[in-house]
Amino acid sequence: MAFLEVKDYRKSFGENEVLKGISFSLEKGEVLAIIGSSGGGKTTLLRCLNFLEIPETGELWLGGTKLFDASEKKQNTDAQIREKRLHFGLVFQQFNLFPQYTVFKNITLAQTLLAKADFRQKKADFAKVLRAAPKEERKKLREEQKKVLSEIRAGQKRAIEEKALSLLERVGLSEKRNAYPYELSGGQQQRVAIARALALSPDILCFDEPTSALDPELTGEVLKVIKGLKSADSTMIVVTHEMEFARSVADHVIFMADGVIEEEGTPEEVFGAPSSEKTKAFLQKTENTDF
Amino acid sequence: MTIGQVTLELLTGFGTTCLLFALTLLLSLPIGLLLSLASMSRFRPLKVVVRVFIWIIRGTPLMLQIIIIFYGPGLLHMSISWPSRAFAAVVAFVINYSCYFAVIYRGGFESVPRGQYEAGQVLGMKKHQIFFHVVIFQVFRHILPPMSNEVITLVKDTSLAQVISVGEIIFVAQNIMNNIYVIYPLFYAGVFYLVFCGILTLLFGWLEKKTKFYRV
Repeated sequence: MAFLEVKDYRKSFGENEVLKGISFSLEKGEVLAIIGSSGGGKTTLLRCLNFLEIPETGELWLGGTKLFDASEKKQNTDAQIREKRLHFGLVFQQFNLFPQYTVFKNITLAQTLLAKADFRQKKADFAKVLRAAPKEERKKLREEQKKVLSEIRAGQKRAIEEKALSLLERVGLSEKRNAYPYELSGGQQQRVAIARALALSPDILCFDEPTSALDPELTGEVLKVIKGLKSADSTMIVVTHEMEFARSVADHVIFMADGVIEEEGTPEEVFGAPSSEKTKAFLQKTENTDF
Repeated sequence: MTIGQVTLELLTGFGTTCLLFALTLLLSLPIGLLLSLASMSRFRPLKVVVRVFIWIIRGTPLMLQIIIIFYGPGLLHMSISWPSRAFAAVVAFVINYSCYFAVIYRGGFESVPRGQYEAGQVLGMKKHQIFFHVVIFQVFRHILPPMSNEVITLVKDTSLAQVISVGEIIFVAQNIMNNIYVIYPLFYAGVFYLVFCGILTLLFGWLEKKTKFYRV
């Protein structure tokens, strides 16, 4: 079984069926490019993978276990969906950085909140142990616990900070750690957004047209960063209009049209020798606009 | 009556004005927030009730509301009575201003892009975390200019408390006027308002400058 298996995802908005049964699989470390014209359901598929939308039918398997099953409504409460989301990261077309926080805080915020919840849990566990202990030992135990807890907290803080700094280096923005989003160019903002998504170490990182909101001269730097992320243990799904990029980075390409996967294969197969008429027409069109 | 005596008397009235202002603001800011959340509620009956309430409060004169609040219990033959006139005035102000603030807050919430909530969601944040760590500041920044309007209006609206003889500054000024047959205390009172509003304007300007880094 592949690392990621999506089976028969369907999603409608009112009368409009946007995903008409999408199934695909992806191996660990692979990059999947999803191409196709607007309104074909690409973005909706990504949003379903990140559980921003919940598909009406379908299953999702990750690393050999079933992560999501649309028919098991009871297991899809808000809290459970939130847990599931952590397996996926999403980089938005419009970046969606938090404007009131610095670059550094944008990257660390979610992690810090998760660490805090973790810490509270530990503290509660410790308190339970303390209550169970015999009275005469409690004082000593309390002191020890205090020390351990403060070490845990310091460790968490250090780990989060180190990670953020290394991610900033990876996207080439170390010197911008204290800048606010408005002080950055679109390309820089998008690179911060990529670092923010990576900070939670998602199993699969999704990109929703990451360069579509950028000026042409800024797309290059973002694509370069995404290319640089490609490695044996980072699995990525990229919805893109940059055909050259899809061709050079992707291991696997899916062409979507009208809510179905019209064609899929290696970049050579899809770009080199498309079999579907729709794919041919689409590729023809994008080539023509490239001049 | 010397000008010094007039100043002293006006100052006492101004104290009451400040008290009305501060209490109203302190209470109506959080109550307005709750009302605005209720007015956006997905639970329709609550939303409708709150919106009708806001319509009534915004649709009738504040002066009338003060009179109704103050005389209402007595007219209905209820055994309760207000501990003081100022207390009744504050209640009326709080109800009135909460409604105006509720609408301003709502505008603030609606101006926060959907993508901000979604960014929080995909980062595994809980609803309340998104609210407190992402959204609330942006709402605050968006509503600063309309809030400064409303707060400055409140300073001057406190003078309406005189309809139930609360001894705020205009009421005091009129009393002096009637006693010594000169009109200048009334104009003099205006200077107090002007200075107070000037300080508030500076304060809001400072707040906006402090949060300037916030731009989308």
